[in-house]
Amino acid sequence: MSPSSTLLDAIGQTPLVEIARFNPNPAVRLLVKLEGANPTGSVKDRIARYLVEDLERRGRLGADSMIIEPTSGNTGISLAMVCRLKGWPLTVVMPSNVTRERRQMLGIYGARIIESPAEKGSNGAVAMARELLATDPRYVMPDQYANPSNPQAHYETTGPEIIAECPEIDVFVAGLGTGGTLMGVGRRLREHNPSVRVYAAEPMPGEMVQGLRSLEEGFVPEIFDPSAIDGRFLVTTAESIEALRRLTATEGIFAGVSAGGVLVVASQIASQMESGTIVALLADGGWKYLSEDIWSRDPDDEALEALNLW
Amino acid sequence: MTSVRIPPVLREHVDGQKEVGAMGETVGELIRDLVARHPGLGEQLLTPDGGLHRFVNVYVNGQDVRYLQEFETPVTERDAVIILPAMAGGA
Repeated sequence: MSPSSTLLDAIGQTPLVEIARFNPNPAVRLLVKLEGANPTGSVKDRIARYLVEDLERRGRLGADSMIIEPTSGNTGISLAMVCRLKGWPLTVVMPSNVTRERRQMLGIYGARIIESPAEKGSNGAVAMARELLATDPRYVMPDQYANPSNPQAHYETTGPEIIAECPEIDVFVAGLGTGGTLMGVGRRLREHNPSVRVYAAEPMPGEMVQGLRSLEEGFVPEIFDPSAIDGRFLVTTAESIEALRRLTATEGIFAGVSAGGVLVVASQIASQMESGTIVALLADGGWKYLSEDIWSRDPDDEALEALNLW
Repeated sequence: MTSVRIPPVLREHVDGQKEVGAMGETVGELIRDLVARHPGLGEQLLTPDGGLHRFVNVYVNGQDVRYLQEFETPVTERDAVIILPAMAGGA
């Protein structure tokens, strides 16, 4: 190993760790890929680099360009780090109900934040960013929901890392946000072994964050092909938090709320298998959720459902 | 009767209720009974040829029925059925 020439070269090569104490079925192996070990603390560092370098390669960025992107936080923070190193100004459009730490980190990296209405969730951030894009020709949007560089980052980095350490993988589980992780890792794993199954965990949206005016405001990310996965499971905030606490208590792993959700699904699948190996991708560390007392408050507290925790 | 959770965006078609009951042994029968009881839901949930609207997801016990047997997925009174609009995830 030689030193990384910049922080960008320190992205990836995250730990893959077996969690036998947490695993409900001893006949099955359950491993987790700890994406919180990336430089800004989430899996999104991988795609941020690919997205910005894709714009650079395609000649989309000029001297007065300003990058703008919708995010619930992690992608914004990763883009802010990449943009700091590459010298591009960044504006993020983010729902107003994200945790304090996400806002703080964006501020530390010097990104400008525009808030979208909390009740419209990530759909609202996507719609607002796409509207803003049209208002100023200097804006350039990487667009993680539509840009093939997002799954490509996972196809070229996350997928091969899993295969190198765990070629016997049978099942892959990850959270569904843009779909980039599921699409990119899934495609790579299936090239390695066509019988690998890929499952998505998605958060049950709270009542307060479902403020769509009509179904036409619904949204399926352009990069997400529903036929490329084998199943999709809803998990509640309370279930996710309970699994997250158990993960910390049994394995010492400190992760974010979506990691709990992914492990609820991985545990259900493990319980139904007779043998085999499951890899679950835990998208971020727990740091950005400390202000919400996720580890101590009542997981059924309805106020938690009003927050954007994924 | 199986209880079906209705998302806020569709509640105007069910007199504002959060959960409604419907009968059926499969998801397809359940949805058709739901639409018979609340006709306003018809064009919201179903496409003109009777398929599930692209921006609607139906879950039985937390699992998206598109990955089960879609409209042929069996349901009983004990199952929890949830309808949700397609939403962008956190990212």
